[in-house]
Amino acid sequence: MDHFSQGNINYPPQPRSDAFSDPTTQTLNPIVVGSSVLAIKYKDGVMLAADTLASFGSLARFRDCERLYRVGDFTVLGASGDISDFQYTTHLLDTLVVEEYYTNDGHVLKPPNIYEYLSRLTYGKRNKFDPLLNSYVIGGFDGGEGFLGYVGHLGTSYQSSTIATGIGAHIAQPILRKVVEGRENTITEEEAIQVLEDCEKILYCRDGRSLNYYQRAKITAQGVEISGPHKVEGDWQYGVKFGKYGNFK
Amino acid sequence: MNPVALYNHDAPISAAQQHQFDPYEMNGGSSLVIKGADYCLIASDTRQSDGYKINSRYVPKAFKLTETAVLATSGFSADGLALFKKLSQNLEWYKHAHDKVMSTPAIAQMLSNTLYYKRFFPYYTFCLLGGIDEQGRGVSYSYDPLGSYGAEPYKSVGHKNQQGVQRTDMSLDTAISIAKDAFTSASERDI
Amino acid sequence: MSSIGTGVEYAAKAVDNSGTAIGLRVKDGIVLAVEKLLQSKLLVPISNRLIQTVDTHIGVATAGLLADGRHIINRARDEAESFRNNYRIQIPGKVIADRVGQYVQAYTLYSSVRPFGSSAIIGAVDNEGPQLYMIEPSGVYWGYYGCAIGKGKQVAKTEIEKLNLSELCVRDAVNAAAKIIYTVHDDSKDKAFELELSWITNETKRHEFVPREIAEEAERLAKDSLNEEMEDD
Repeated sequence: MDHFSQGNINYPPQPRSDAFSDPTTQTLNPIVVGSSVLAIKYKDGVMLAADTLASFGSLARFRDCERLYRVGDFTVLGASGDISDFQYTTHLLDTLVVEEYYTNDGHVLKPPNIYEYLSRLTYGKRNKFDPLLNSYVIGGFDGGEGFLGYVGHLGTSYQSSTIATGIGAHIAQPILRKVVEGRENTITEEEAIQVLEDCEKILYCRDGRSLNYYQRAKITAQGVEISGPHKVEGDWQYGVKFGKYGNFK
Repeated sequence: MNPVALYNHDAPISAAQQHQFDPYEMNGGSSLVIKGADYCLIASDTRQSDGYKINSRYVPKAFKLTETAVLATSGFSADGLALFKKLSQNLEWYKHAHDKVMSTPAIAQMLSNTLYYKRFFPYYTFCLLGGIDEQGRGVSYSYDPLGSYGAEPYKSVGHKNQQGVQRTDMSLDTAISIAKDAFTSASERDI
Repeated sequence: MSSIGTGVEYAAKAVDNSGTAIGLRVKDGIVLAVEKLLQSKLLVPISNRLIQTVDTHIGVATAGLLADGRHIINRARDEAESFRNNYRIQIPGKVIADRVGQYVQAYTLYSSVRPFGSSAIIGAVDNEGPQLYMIEPSGVYWGYYGCAIGKGKQVAKTEIEKLNLSELCVRDAVNAAAKIIYTVHDDSKDKAFELELSWITNETKRHEFVPREIAEEAERLAKDSLNEEMEDD
């Protein structure tokens, strides 16, 4: 039996002796995972972007995985992390939407309702030590303005005018903030698309678990529109253009 | 692995492997309370962070419980929010049962009980409770995550330095300007 | 058949005494219509729906005992949700008809329970297109192009037979359905009624109540044509 799983100077870390030696549960280890989700508020509402890759370790397992999901008429859910947990969550939300539909009392699930539901769900699951291993981005349109919220795997939640999950929180978030903060009501659709595309480009260059195809969701007063997959051109000159660590101009 | 070893009862039994899920996160933040003769000042910053990352610059962590009591938290934000929601619900039930709003000192005890009840899987929150008591005097209490609490004339939790402070009676205006200075200097030091 | 009658026969009688409900399966969808007899003038309009949604693509109209109809609909909703949970797709029309049919039939088997005093018309649009089923209190169910239950079922069936259902579109079927309900309703004998109209189109695959303007127009046309017939007489 391996008593030195951490390893030390005399016993370097080595593979576990057999498959049954440790009782780690399946759900504590993400298996097939998605990378960053990016989202910003802009003039007409909210825009989200996520590439279509689902990785199995370093294997690019599924290149057509949609990580932006429409919930009801005015919400899009984006997720990074474990894809099976994400699919489970979308199913829960579908059930909820159907219940809301047949209740037929004129009430529909709005973005803040879904945000609250997901934060209670993830917090409840973490309390049971059976977490949902996702970072969720909830983008929507409600009460005449955009809604943008984040829910993490421990139940941590916040709202912000820019959100980026995964490695995007390190690489894309500063760029998004620079462009968006203080200008939420002036950024045009074209500008929003541009900055998200720039970030997807940088992420494709810097994030080893990313892909050059991504989907985009736009949520405005008109409703939800999910487009793509869009291709970003692999421009390996970007390092020069953007500075050594992907800084934005 | 030798299959015979499966049946070797003399072999030392390895301890059950601890799975490495950490249910906590430190979202930082500072809160402060200063009580006076007829007032109580409670302040919190609104930054929510995760390590070196800033999640958002506007996530309140001071919550209004009643017209005369405010809960200020710091630590794990999801726990702070859950704690606030639990207290709010209990306050609602108390109101329905007794047809009156719970007094701030009673809330102080209830907060302690609530934290202590979950001592084996604690709320990772550092709480301050401030408000006005039934006599109109300012009251303030501070807590550790397990529910140990005490009344404090002034207290800060989170990233503020409280070394070498001493008690002075002051007006509300002075208290507000001191609180602002405290947050200014704290935010200059906290990355 | 026994001369004292069975529980199922009494249940069927409960259905036969209630307001008329019809279902039409046409070229591009389903239309459901119910003559909801109003027990009191004090009831809030549109309350106590007899047509309800079971899943986004399924609507059910009931006739007979109100509470039994609601129970059947609740069961249908549970079946639809359970099917989604198991197979992650919407439940097909013939499956929900079968599941609910089996359930209704089970209530005819035991001395501890009584059969449902309700019949249900299930309308659905699935991958196979529009589907229409009618479940009787015995649990028996058949697929239909058009069906009718309740007081006016004989007249309604005669009227439905005159329609060219395979050529009809949903929009016209709404007018036809409204007219049939107005035809079978007897102003002199019956209580006042409210017309419930719902549809599922192939295009949207959603069960929804017919929008107010269209429903009002259908009612107006129905009343007009009845008046004309009276004048002709």
